[in-house]
Amino acid sequence: MSKLSDFEITRRNLLIGSATTTASLALPKFSFAQEKNTGQASSVTTIPNSAMTEVGFTVNGEARKLTADNRLTLLDALRESLQLSGTKKGCDHGQCGACTVMVNGRRINSCLSLAVMHEGDEITTIEGLGTPEGLDPMQVAFIEHDGYQCGYCTPGQICSAKATLEEIRAGIPSHVTEDITGEIQITSAEIRERMSGNLCRCGAYANILDAIEHVAEDKA
Amino acid sequence: MRAFSYERAGSPQEAAAAAAAHEGAQFIAGGTNLLDLMKLEIETPSHLIDVNGLGLDTIEATAEGGLRIGALVRNTDLAADQRVRRDYGVLSRALVAGASGQLRNKATTGGNLLQRTRCPYFYDTNMSCNKREPGSGCAAQGGYSRQLAVIGGSEACIATHPSDMAIAMRVLDAVVETVNAEGDTRAIPLADFHLLPGDTPHIETVLAPDEFITAVVLPRPLGGQHFYHKVRDRASYAFALVSVAAVIQPDGSGRIALGGVAPKPWRNEAAEAAMPNGARAVISRLFEGATPTEDNEFKVTLAERTLAAVLAEARG
Ligand SMILES: Cc1cc2nc3c(=O)[nH]c(=O)nc-3n(C[C@H](O)[C@H](O)[C@H](O)COP(=O)(O)OP(=O)(O)OC[C@H]3O[C@@H](n4cnc5c(N)ncnc54)[C@H](O)[C@@H]3O)c2cc1C
Ligand code: SF4
Ligand code: FES
Ligand code: FES
Repeated sequence: MSKLSDFEITRRNLLIGSATTTASLALPKFSFAQEKNTGQASSVTTIPNSAMTEVGFTVNGEARKLTADNRLTLLDALRESLQLSGTKKGCDHGQCGACTVMVNGRRINSCLSLAVMHEGDEITTIEGLGTPEGLDPMQVAFIEHDGYQCGYCTPGQICSAKATLEEIRAGIPSHVTEDITGEIQITSAEIRERMSGNLCRCGAYANILDAIEHVAEDKA
Repeated sequence: MRAFSYERAGSPQEAAAAAAAHEGAQFIAGGTNLLDLMKLEIETPSHLIDVNGLGLDTIEATAEGGLRIGALVRNTDLAADQRVRRDYGVLSRALVAGASGQLRNKATTGGNLLQRTRCPYFYDTNMSCNKREPGSGCAAQGGYSRQLAVIGGSEACIATHPSDMAIAMRVLDAVVETVNAEGDTRAIPLADFHLLPGDTPHIETVLAPDEFITAVVLPRPLGGQHFYHKVRDRASYAFALVSVAAVIQPDGSGRIALGGVAPKPWRNEAAEAAMPNGARAVISRLFEGATPTEDNEFKVTLAERTLAAVLAEARG
């Protein structure tokens, strides 16, 4: 154990020097991380006093494993470690929604979540919603209604748009819901309020709303 | 972001024990406030204790007729719970008035209570701030203080508490339940949970460093009409300039707490006695001893008008 901690300290100092959140892939590989956990009663792969942790989750149905710097955000894990650059980084502080992905069926800001906190989770990104040949209806609607200009916010908008309709159907109230004990209608006011966590610098809001309303009507 | 070690806690007491064992450890729940601040190196924990695997994500009826909300219940789920919507509407309303859909899906009951101030100087590490760096001074005094507190602050700090949820919980007389490393539990009325800044604005609650929140308990429902009116710079997705949480009974009596004006949810039971006399009477009691700045004195008028609107709506 003491031998291990010496090694840990060395490695930790190495990492403390770097201010960026990098994936293990970009760092020297430390194979002992796996060894250490063999034979432990606990199923969690925690490396005490270490700056790296093993984590496994599925992304768009595919199982992925990482030995991640603890500081790695889910957003950087997707973009940098897993090369899924569809999910965008806008503010990196939970303010713009560009990084929105679905985790276990719910939208979250992937910039404000650590990769190592997603053990066992099912993550869906824009790449998992549709393919160029088989677009999701929401993707089709964004194209048809011109729901973007530069397109940078679009992956986050589309993930949020799908979640917005699901949240209304699941009966989750919003700030503009008049009767929070009653059934919630899909109205433009409801959609706007629920999409307020997704900013668009190009100001494509009116067309984004049209696209979402179109999908809502199609499903109604 | 500074490097830190990480562990997933197996039980609430284990989480508390891990906090006691590591100098500079912090719990991480939704991470929506802590990670934001870690990226800016305003928070620099040496060790993170991930409490997301603990369960504590259910809302259960208590023997007293109230609800026990697990500390890990997400803001979305709390707002959507049928019992909360029916019996504690003020809380549902406050929750959905805060943050965004994405953030509420992650934000937890415990984390929301402990979120830190949005004072712009607290966030700007080039400025002096007693809360961020005790003893360094307060750049907000004489600075840009439009968003800051009009009452309850001190020479050392005039920051507000940013939570919407906490304002509703204060009106409902919620109680925070905790456990520490030894396994001792305690129940802290929300009224006593947050501290005024005094000379130590960096100490924000009565919690010990190894004390872990397990639940928030709501007493039995109050009945009446429930309101949460939040006034902000945008129609959505902005912190409150002023908010009014109110539960009003058919006879015109009731309870009121204000957000956006003080370092903690601002309520004064004595002021509520003035409700039959209208908003001005209540507000003048609530703001007795207020020390607004030139930038934020508008909040006193805004609070009065917001409360007047609530009282008018209650009369129908
Ligand atoms: C862009 C943006 C806009 C926002 N707008 C609003 C708004 O309008 N209104 C509003 O009210 N809030 C708003 N928020 C804040 C949001 O509500 C909080 O970030 C969230 O509630 C914090 O919960 P969390 O679980 O993510 O906490 P975390 O970030 O995980 O933790 C916060 C703190 O609580 C501690 N902690 C967490 N759980 C426990 C526990 N069980 N016991 C002991 N300590 C614990 C952590 O150690 C940490 O110090 C906004 C946030 C962002 C990023
Ligand atoms: S008001 Fe408080 S949080 Fe803001 S700068 Fe002053 S000490 Fe810091
Ligand atoms: S990048 Fe995550 S919200 Fe802006
Ligand atoms: S399309 Fe350019 S930011 Fe939205």
